[in-house]
Amino acid sequence: MDFGLSQDQRMLRDAVSRCLADHCPLDHVRECADRDSTFSDKVLHALHALGIAGMLVPEAYGGLGMTLLDAAVVAEQLAYAVAPVPFLASHVLAPIALSEAGSAAQKARWLPKITSGAARIGVAIAETIEARDGAGVASTAGKLNGTALFCLDFEGADAYIVADAGGRLHLVDAKAPGLETIALTTIDRTRSVGELRFEGTGAEPLIDDGGVTTARLRDAGRVILAADSLGAGQAMIEKSVEYAGQREQFGRLIGSFQAVKHMCAEMAARHEPCRSLVWYAAHAFDAMPQEAALVACHAKSHTGEVHRFVARTSTEVHGGMGFTDLLGLHYWFKRIGFDRQVLGGPETVRAEAAALQGWTKAA
Amino acid sequence: MDLEYGPEYDAFRHELRAFIDAHRHLAPPSADRAARPSPASVAWQKLLIAHGYAARTIPKEYGGYGAEPDILKSRIIAEEFSRAGVPGGLANQGISMFVPTLLELGTEEQKRRWIAPTLKGEVVWCQGYSEPGAGSDLANLKTSARVEQGEFVINGQKIWTSTAKQADMIFCLVRTEADAPKHSGISYLIFSMDTPGIEVRPLKTMTGHAEFNETFFTDVRVPVDQIVGQRGQGWFVANATLGHERGMLGDPDALENRLQALITLMREERIGQDRAIDNPLLRDRLVALQAEVAAMKYNGMRILSNSLRGEPGGMAKLIVKLQSCELAHQISALAIDALGELGILYHHSPRERDRGAWQWNYMFQLGLIIGGGTAQIQKNIIAERGLDMPREPKVAKIPDAGQKSTGMARQKQGAD
Ligand SMILES: Cc1cc2nc3c(=O)[nH]c(=O)nc-3n(C[C@H](O)[C@H](O)[C@H](O)COP(=O)(O)OP(=O)(O)OC[C@H]3O[C@@H](n4cnc5c(N)ncnc54)[C@H](O)[C@@H]3O)c2cc1C
Repeated sequence: MDFGLSQDQRMLRDAVSRCLADHCPLDHVRECADRDSTFSDKVLHALHALGIAGMLVPEAYGGLGMTLLDAAVVAEQLAYAVAPVPFLASHVLAPIALSEAGSAAQKARWLPKITSGAARIGVAIAETIEARDGAGVASTAGKLNGTALFCLDFEGADAYIVADAGGRLHLVDAKAPGLETIALTTIDRTRSVGELRFEGTGAEPLIDDGGVTTARLRDAGRVILAADSLGAGQAMIEKSVEYAGQREQFGRLIGSFQAVKHMCAEMAARHEPCRSLVWYAAHAFDAMPQEAALVACHAKSHTGEVHRFVARTSTEVHGGMGFTDLLGLHYWFKRIGFDRQVLGGPETVRAEAAALQGWTKAA
Repeated sequence: MDLEYGPEYDAFRHELRAFIDAHRHLAPPSADRAARPSPASVAWQKLLIAHGYAARTIPKEYGGYGAEPDILKSRIIAEEFSRAGVPGGLANQGISMFVPTLLELGTEEQKRRWIAPTLKGEVVWCQGYSEPGAGSDLANLKTSARVEQGEFVINGQKIWTSTAKQADMIFCLVRTEADAPKHSGISYLIFSMDTPGIEVRPLKTMTGHAEFNETFFTDVRVPVDQIVGQRGQGWFVANATLGHERGMLGDPDALENRLQALITLMREERIGQDRAIDNPLLRDRLVALQAEVAAMKYNGMRILSNSLRGEPGGMAKLIVKLQSCELAHQISALAIDALGELGILYHHSPRERDRGAWQWNYMFQLGLIIGGGTAQIQKNIIAERGLDMPREPKVAKIPDAGQKSTGMARQKQGAD
């Protein structure tokens, strides 16, 4: 038994970390956040140079054929740097959907382009978890009708993978007639979501597997969001400790007050087990399918709770400074807020976890 | 204990409801959070004062309504405005913090000059307390004022000055006695924000707005009589204001309003076919918060009763800021959770709810957990003053910067 990252995974982590330290300083994040299109081509290109674009694309299509645990390692680093780049849908969920449920033609058409960074695909599966504002997509005879909210990695996508009401996935070209796209803005300016409205829009279905792949996307998405939350939480804890070691009040470093030390220690104590949980959940997705859904739920809901606590506590350690834009602490705060709500908030996800174990009374 | 709402109170409530029904078309929108009240807000405020629904117990000669304090009537006023979804009297730093301070410690002339226009919302105040080096340790403030030809000449910098950009006036702590011990060298001055030598630079906050500012003073000249209390007694005056600030930040009626808004939201918002409030988990959290808000509301009535009997607020009062600010934050947190993915929409997004108020509140109320004395400082006060626990020993050692960071360096990003 060996619980931990492999040598290769550590190298991957360090490479991504260095790349982001070089190409994605906070000033750049600010610059991107202040303009209309949030994604940074510069950072994306640098990441693509490391092979990130095709990391989950099978080798047969030019990709690296890596695992979700590898992707989780990258996600953590992206959040640590609050990198304004598409990843969750475009680099993780879309390659998984296509390689697990795409037709030969769909794979041949899209996977090589994903690998080269020439195409990006957004993913919209929110309604398979819970429908808001009456959203939902119906498919009949190759046409889609209805609305999908919270399409992930929305901005600049060339196509979208959309789940219909029966949980079947469809591939829709971004320029398809009868498709209207509306950008949504969230607290988190480093990621992009949008709304897709279909009116008799032509779409290509992926394989009909009774919703199996859609469920896989939910699991993978939750693990990656949990890993993201982990990276953002890590950054906030480090910043708190650093600030507490510099700021003086009452003639002392504030870090010498037990109240402040305990805030930091509690963040660390609650945060640290999350790392193991996320790694385990990612590995389960890769290698232990019977457990994957449940631990994905645990990872998502638990990091959602822990990092909400970390986000507010870290802000408190920084005092008024934490509330301002001056240190940019809020970029991580908001990243954590996004991670918590997307693909099911803690209550929703825990209810699913209970149902998975047969703990809910049939309605 | 006597909480009987007798016939007099029924009549009062009846009158108030009739007033609200007859005038609600004049009320400004509830979500109006502008630092400078709009003309509609000022007109509304004047109407409320004239009828005794705002500034109720402030003496008539200072522009209030001049009624005897009556807890049940205050309760009824808060309840009815909240129920009607119509904004009640204004609350801002001038009305809620400065006016009560002046009533306690101001000169007759100061009261006559400043209270009435402040109550009406015509004069907006800001609070110049914090400095870059003086936050929790407020008494460490360095902004100085020397006396020259009958004037204070002020130099220095304040930070986190809420609404300084919109304010007409500032109540400001400055060090007038350079050689006196920390706490006894401070004075509490009041002056116009138009005085030459004041520069206000907005500071953007996590909400994306600039709710507060840096305020710089360069040879700002203020007549020596624009002082509340005596020279060197500013710390005492400042603490009176801080007490009122904590009361304002802990206002149970504001909590009640947020809770009502949350209940409305959860009854209207749909998750699939069901209302959010049908979800047993979210509903349980809602009811738990409702109980806590109720506790704070009755705690507020008890504090008021005590003060009318001339008794100190005691523990009931000491905990108000800490508990209420946390509770307000939790109310917004539940709203965000009940909204699911919609809960993160902001910046005027399509489908955003209540103009982004829940996210704004979630962040701003975290700011208020920090402002007005941080949660940690509140806990120190509760322990030391409320529970009489021993004070923390003073250790004024600051390790030299060169040494200290080694241990942590590769803890960063640590684990494999
Ligand atoms: C939204 C908002 C509005 C504000 N409005 C105003 C305003 O209008 N006017 C004004 O003058 N100021 C205002 N402030 C400033 C506010 O009063 C200060 O931010 C607050 O007192 C904390 O000071 P600080 O920011 O310097 O934090 P610090 O004092 O540096 O605190 C940093 C951390 O150290 C902890 N700490 C410090 N000392 C101790 C101790 N002895 N024991 C345990 N823990 C300790 C704190 O709890 C905090 O977690 C506002 C602040 C906010 C956030």
